[in-house]
Amino acid sequence: MIGIVGYGSYVPCYRITVDEIARQWGKKGDDIKNGILVYEKSVPGMDEDTITIAVAAAKNALKRAQIDPQKIEGVYIGSESHPYAVKPSGTVLVDALGIGPEVHVADYEFACKAGSEAMYVAFSHIKSGEMNYAMGIGADTSQGAPGDALEFTASAGGSAFIMGKENVLAEILATYSYTSDTADFWRREGRMYPMHGSRFTGEPAYFKHVLGAGRGILKKTGLEPEDFKYAVFHMPNGKFPLKAGKTLGFTKKQMEPGWVVPWIGNTYSGSSITGLSAALDAAAPGDKILMVSFGSGAGSDAFVFQTTEAIEAAQHLAPTFKEMTTKKRIYLTYGEYVRYRGKIQLND
Amino acid sequence: MKSIVPRYTREIPQRARLEGAKCLKCGHIEFPPRLVCSKCRHREFETISLQKTGTLLTYTIIYTPAETFSMQSPFAVGIVELDDGVRLTTQIVDVPLDELKIGKRVEMIFRLVQKEGHAGILEYGYKAVLTN
Ligand SMILES: [Zn+2]
Repeated sequence: MIGIVGYGSYVPCYRITVDEIARQWGKKGDDIKNGILVYEKSVPGMDEDTITIAVAAAKNALKRAQIDPQKIEGVYIGSESHPYAVKPSGTVLVDALGIGPEVHVADYEFACKAGSEAMYVAFSHIKSGEMNYAMGIGADTSQGAPGDALEFTASAGGSAFIMGKENVLAEILATYSYTSDTADFWRREGRMYPMHGSRFTGEPAYFKHVLGAGRGILKKTGLEPEDFKYAVFHMPNGKFPLKAGKTLGFTKKQMEPGWVVPWIGNTYSGSSITGLSAALDAAAPGDKILMVSFGSGAGSDAFVFQTTEAIEAAQHLAPTFKEMTTKKRIYLTYGEYVRYRGKIQLND
Repeated sequence: MKSIVPRYTREIPQRARLEGAKCLKCGHIEFPPRLVCSKCRHREFETISLQKTGTLLTYTIIYTPAETFSMQSPFAVGIVELDDGVRLTTQIVDVPLDELKIGKRVEMIFRLVQKEGHAGILEYGYKAVLTN
């Protein structure tokens, strides 16, 4: 059996509400909240970035896997906000966690899909027999330009998954990917904020790929929506994943546990996989979970998981998503937020 | 300008993983590691991972920091005693400053400590957060 042997998430404790951002730009908070079904979003501390978020998530995954970090033979981090343009995030992480130096490390990038990509690579190495344990991580500290629609949702967080073949918590039954050249969202080298194709981001990008991957994996496995306990779709806002799930035939009840976006925002590479982490927190043995990621540019990775008897004992070995995101929250004003996000420029 | 890269690299085991040196004769833990035990003068040690939890012994609030830290001002710096008895000076983060109190429990976490200007390296290391 091959699958997840440890999983963990991390979301910073800082928050800004949609109302507070709306107030800054003279917009109506209620209209925006109704439009996007997001109420507040996480903000990274001034000393947090993709690397520190990945390390914190990976520590929680190690707590659940209960394995010696030295046994991990591959580490892959997917992000669109790696702190260095040149120098891997993964090298800092392995040294911080006591993994390696006998370890294969690579950073991945594919807008919001980079995390599921890292998971796919880690899984494939186990499946090929090349490695016994490999870790796939997705983490981001994404930015929307001030005043842009993305500013209401672009947030920070991440999740880590250790793949292996012993003491598996959730078996991976199938994977399926769906990809095409679609310019719905991009950021050129050296630019601080991304650009997006506004209305081009919905049907031709998000829905085409999420539905393409969702339909593809259902067909490949012969499973029906009612065979699943939970379903998780990439969450650029609250509305898109609910609409995609409904189109495929899933109910709100199946999507609710993994629908984490209303109170943390879009954690980009950490989005669908943190939804998966929250669904795993809620799962009982034998539950099937569908996860479909989405990355602009564009593509989706779909996974079908089935939890094992081992899931229940592992759930409380590390903080659950709910514990982590409700225990401590520090709310920021818009002024504090721009300081935290490094948008204030000083002279050298 | 003198590069901080060699020193940063040398200190990764301590700053990133909190590795200490435990004296093989008297059991005293040195952090950072030393060549000679400060208690019994013995010279052989084993490398250990320090406890990641501890207690806040004392702290102060910095209002006028060095330029590198000016964006973070005001912030807290304290002395933490880890559960294996090792004491270290560290920044305490993710806490409204009026919630700090001597004796509170802390956990050590991995964060960005400082940036070497706009083009230099990012220096990561340990900091503390309150756990109660
Ligand atoms: Zn000694």
